[in-house]
Formats: sequence, C-alpha cells, structure tokens
Amino acid sequence: MKLPARLEYLERFIKFVSTFLRHRGLTQRRVGDIELATEEALVNIFEYAYPKGVGDVEVSCRQDSDTELVLEISDNGIPFDALSLPDPDLTPDISDRKIGGLGILLIQKMVDEVRYRRDGERNILTFIIHKT
Amino acid sequence: MEINIQKEEKALIVSVSGRMDAVTAPEFERELVDCMNEGEANFIIDLGQLDYISSAGLRSMLITAKRLKAMDGQILLSSLRDTVKEIFEISGFSSIIPTYESVENALSQI
Repeated sequence: MKLPARLEYLERFIKFVSTFLRHRGLTQRRVGDIELATEEALVNIFEYAYPKGVGDVEVSCRQDSDTELVLEISDNGIPFDALSLPDPDLTPDISDRKIGGLGILLIQKMVDEVRYRRDGERNILTFIIHKT
Repeated sequence: MEINIQKEEKALIVSVSGRMDAVTAPEFERELVDCMNEGEANFIIDLGQLDYISSAGLRSMLITAKRLKAMDGQILLSSLRDTVKEIFEISGFSSIIPTYESVENALSQI
C-alpha cells in the first residue's frame, strides 16, 4: 500500500497491517503491539522524511516462512536511521522529562527484530515478526 | 476515541475510551487545556476503556502533566488495561504519573 506521507492516512495504513496480521493468526494483543510499532514508524516519516514537501510511504507485508512475518515501511525522504538515535532518558521527573523520543523505543520493544537500510534513494525499515 | 467528563467535588474525572493515537491525542490535549482554562486543576484520567495508546498519547499526557504541575494541580491515572499499562511501564511514565487501580482509589488521594 502506497499513500502520501500524511497523518490523515495513518488509519488506512494501520488497518492494512492489522488485517494482514489477523489473517495470519496473530492474537489481538500481538496485532495491537505491531499496530503501535507501525504507527510510530509512520508518524516519524510523516513528520521528518519530507521537510521540503510531500512524498509517499509504502507499507508492504509478507510471510517469509511458516514462522516469520515481514513488514516493510519505506519512503523516498532524507536519509534517516532512527535506530541509530540514543535511547531516551526515562529517569527525569515530570518537570525535566523531555517530550518525545519514545517512538523508537516502543518499536524496539514491540517488534521481534527491527532493521534499517538505505537502498538508493529509499529508507527501508523492516519489522520481523515471529508468529509464535 | 471518546472522552467523557464528569465533575466531582475534588477532581474532574475524564474517561477516555478507544484509541489514543497521533490523530486523536491532540483532541485529548485540547479538551484538558479547555478544562484548565476554566480553572480545573485536579484530574483523574480513567483509562479503563482505553484499548490503545501510542507515543503521541504519552506526549499529550506529559504535556498536560507538566502544565498542571506548573499550576500546582495534579493528574492521576486509573484503571489501566494490561496493554496500556505495558506502554506506561516501557516509557517510564508509571514512575512519573501516579497510577491507581480504580477511580475511587485515585479520588481518595486528592
């Protein structure tokens, strides 16, 4: 599924992913976890990938083996490896706590394996999901 | 996402149901800012019917909590479901925003 990188399309992307995961037999709990990781990745792209205008995001889902599902989220935006960012500091109290920076942490907690690669002009974020 | 607001003597009880994501979280934030502008300073956010929260929702919670702290108010959470509780734990929010098993428990802390 390829759509403009805009927040108004978030729901359509999420439905696309959750329908795929449900049909492959994942529990509602796991589907929710992957929906969360997908939202975090997409919102990053919506906000940062195209500073000078608009572009697209493509989400593709496939089953690689009996036990492994693969989600790929790609864009043509500026090179951006979110996985290389330092982890947010979770210790400060309300007044000193920084706003933001949690998305990548949530992706890493929710998905079994996350990989980033730059392929030509594309950023490609890959989620590997173990079915069991 | 749906928001219901109920006024109690000591606090405003804000019940949020459905999904708090990047699309709906700003609505939650606006609603609370409106209440603060009307002079409310003590909030209990009842998340008993909330199915999903993303970092956008956490962000709105933190912004609201910061504002309330600056005006000597408070925000307490209640009735988190397991999935939502997990997100609060991963993000370290459980240790900065007090969380209670029920609205009644939260109310007794104000």
